Amino acid sequence: MEAAAADHHKIEGEGHEFLVFRLGEEEYGIDILSVQEIRGYEGVTRIANAPSFIKGVTNLRGVIVPIVDLRLKFNIGNADFTAQTVVIVLNIGKRVVGVVVDGVSDVLSLTTDQIKPAPEFGATLSTQYLRGLGSLEDRMLILVDIEGLMTSEEMALIDEAT
Amino acid sequence: MSINLDEFYQTFFDEADELLNDMEQHLLQIDPDHPDEEQLHAIFRAAHSIKGGAGTFGLTILQETTHLFENLLDQARHHERNLDAATIDIFLETKDMLSDQLNAYRQKTEPDQQAYERICAVLRALAEEHSGEAARATAEGQVPGSQDNAGSAGAAAGSAPEGLAITVTGVDSDTAASLLEELSLFGTLSDQQHEDSTLSVHLVTETGEEDIHAVLCFVVDSDQIHFGSANREAVGSVPRTIVVSGVDADTAAKLGEELALFGSLSHQQHAKDELQVSIETETGDDDLRAVLCFIVDDDQIRIEHGVSPPVTPSTAPEPVAEGSETSAVDGQTAQKHDANSTLASNRDAAQGAATPAEHSSATRTTGDASASRADKSNASGEAASLRVSIEKIDQIINLVGELVITQSMLEQSSAEFDPVTHGSLLSGMAQLQRNARDLQESVMSIRMVPMDVVFNRFPRLVRDLAGKLGKKVELVTEGKATELDKGLIERIVDPMTHLVRNSLDHGIETPEKRRAAGKSETGTLKLSASHQGGNILIEISDDGGGLSRDRILKKAYSSGLAVSDAMSDDEVWQLIFAPGFSTSEEVTDLSGRGVGMDVVKRNISQMGGHVDIQSAQGQGTTIRIVLPLTLAILDGMSVRVGEEVYILPLGAIQESMQVTDDNLSSVTGSERVLYFRGDYLPLVELWRVFDIPNAKQEVKQGIVMVVQSEGRQFALLVDQLIGQHQVVVKSLETNYKRVPGISAATIMGDGSVALILDVPALSRATVKREAPQDSRRHEAAGLH
Repeated sequence: MEAAAADHHKIEGEGHEFLVFRLGEEEYGIDILSVQEIRGYEGVTRIANAPSFIKGVTNLRGVIVPIVDLRLKFNIGNADFTAQTVVIVLNIGKRVVGVVVDGVSDVLSLTTDQIKPAPEFGATLSTQYLRGLGSLEDRMLILVDIEGLMTSEEMALIDEAT
Repeated sequence: MSINLDEFYQTFFDEADELLNDMEQHLLQIDPDHPDEEQLHAIFRAAHSIKGGAGTFGLTILQETTHLFENLLDQARHHERNLDAATIDIFLETKDMLSDQLNAYRQKTEPDQQAYERICAVLRALAEEHSGEAARATAEGQVPGSQDNAGSAGAAAGSAPEGLAITVTGVDSDTAASLLEELSLFGTLSDQQHEDSTLSVHLVTETGEEDIHAVLCFVVDSDQIHFGSANREAVGSVPRTIVVSGVDADTAAKLGEELALFGSLSHQQHAKDELQVSIETETGDDDLRAVLCFIVDDDQIRIEHGVSPPVTPSTAPEPVAEGSETSAVDGQTAQKHDANSTLASNRDAAQGAATPAEHSSATRTTGDASASRADKSNASGEAASLRVSIEKIDQIINLVGELVITQSMLEQSSAEFDPVTHGSLLSGMAQLQRNARDLQESVMSIRMVPMDVVFNRFPRLVRDLAGKLGKKVELVTEGKATELDKGLIERIVDPMTHLVRNSLDHGIETPEKRRAAGKSETGTLKLSASHQGGNILIEISDDGGGLSRDRILKKAYSSGLAVSDAMSDDEVWQLIFAPGFSTSEEVTDLSGRGVGMDVVKRNISQMGGHVDIQSAQGQGTTIRIVLPLTLAILDGMSVRVGEEVYILPLGAIQESMQVTDDNLSSVTGSERVLYFRGDYLPLVELWRVFDIPNAKQEVKQGIVMVVQSEGRQFALLVDQLIGQHQVVVKSLETNYKRVPGISAATIMGDGSVALILDVPALSRATVKREAPQDSRRHEAAGLH
């Protein structure tokens, strides 16, 4: 499961590589370069009085890492834990954050013209953190600016001061 | 083509910082009337090294300042200048200026030009003031030979016009000529010889060996140059006379035998318990001495050079200074080569320097001065320490922490094995456990730094402040060797500085007041550090006026704090930690504004420690700071609430017990207090604070722990005690943020994460809840 980000090099034609994961029935894509590794979901330690989408903290080889459940954050599906449920460990700035998703499908390369601007919609996920919608044959990928999202105030992952 | 010089700059800045600190220590210890030679040399060397570095990096202003400074120091160490308190003040000021300049360069800016010009003017004026007296001073410089042998020998060798034998090997006649030309600039040359590509010359000069060496290094390599006697590097065989005192005939014979192994003995004489042997050998003094030390004591041995005339072509020994035991040319070599004897004499000298002397500012540092001098001598030896970045050390500490966790995971799994069939595995596990613990302990000790580092800042502060306030203060330090985690060391400096300032400003009285009170005019400020269990105890005590109970109460009353005359002394003293509290009648620029004591207390609480005060009116005040030794490891008790495990710092726990409803009373309906040994303690229910499901909500079913923090006691309800652990503290803030009520996290033996409770925050939560305006708010909110 270690680092799906084996190929860091950019593919010709200004292509970006995205790690595609599922939340319920929807497919999302995040920049592969923010991904450190993918691992199974293990028990977390709950943090009192934290928002519900922060599952808690876990021990990642001696580092205490917070785990965020994006399904709860985006209100998608029933947030069950199955054999497919995985944690994508992200490296954002100098911080490490784990994200619970319903499964990782593949790594795709999208060229700029495959990325369409996202229309304005509800308040659950502000377009501020959307890089656009990727269209690939009959699939639609929701491309998330994961770095912006994770460092945002609404995720409450970092102290406001920092 | 770019070479990154930053690293070199950094090294230079670090070194220069250290040198300046050393310099300050020496300047403060030095006794102007009887300056210790070693210290003068050390100060000079520090200035010299900084100048060299500054020149290399093109830091012109720093170089110029150190150059002027160095000249003055050079005169001082050669007794061409008499030191007095005023001069030392100027020297200290110069040192500060150098620090400023260094900092400016560090920030990649140019130092303050005006300040630079001013200090240069001061230094030049000082230089001119004395230049007229130089001749007389030089004559005087010879006099103070009474101090100690090693010191004065070193000085004599360096100061007065002195014959210096220089041998340069591996040079052709052209180079030899240019060398001679260079050397002739320093003084009078004689006995020049150039044979077998070896140049030997006798030079009469006032210039120090180091400087000559530096000049010659432009022409030839350092290892080609040899000075004076063969003490540094044995060049050919050197005739020496060895005198061993206090030996009987048998021992003398034995010594003779031993010595004969080294070379040819030309003359051996034993009279009046004294053995005299002339030996020609290639072996160095140190080695001879080391061998003889097996038979006799080091101080019985004296090695003299120069049975032959001052200069001989091949050997070139150094004219000996007054039959001293060391023939080393300057202080540095004396120190390195003769560590034992200099150590002893250093100690004498340091004590000599510490004897009472009418210092204009009436401050002096005593305490373990001699010990620190001894350490210094050791430190000047090579490779006594290694500079490693903190990050590397922290990484090692983390990794070792991991190792210990892995080890305990293995241990838990292996516990299920049958001891009979898996005997060797289990004994291996036991060994692994021991090794892992030992490793952890030694790695943790890397981060430990002696309190010396903190205490060393204060002699200067006390000196300056006492001068400013017109008070006489003697600073005494104890327990300098007590070690404390580096992280804590850095954070203790500010609170301590504050307390020391307070003691000087408010505590110790003026000489007149002290005289009137029948005390000696000189007040004593004592800093001490010691270990107490898993804690370090730091005390700052003065023999000043003490705290005034009445004044504190009056002031507290007028600033609206809840006070009563019935309060105990301890409670009254704690009032001075209240924000904005000051009893000082006037605000000085040192202290008295009332900001400070609360900050002191807060800083110390943040480090997991606490402060208390003992004071007796008219007799003085003692402030005691108790701190944990390290922040990286914590002794904790794991407790279970519902299905969750939390760690409670062991230091905070006073008692744990089961209680019945009889001991509980409710306050304002929802809040409860526990009656415990005559006190009502607020009850904090952990399940409620952290909103933990499935917890035992009834007090009588759970366990109540009486915990204390910041001098406040409260009762904490948990479900169950699990056990005591030593846990590695991991910050939650690295990847997450601060969590109210939680100070950090740790990893348990099974690899899971447990949160460490922030006891002071929990206690503040109860305080807030007790306050009427907050009583209706939800508990958790009170934690913010």
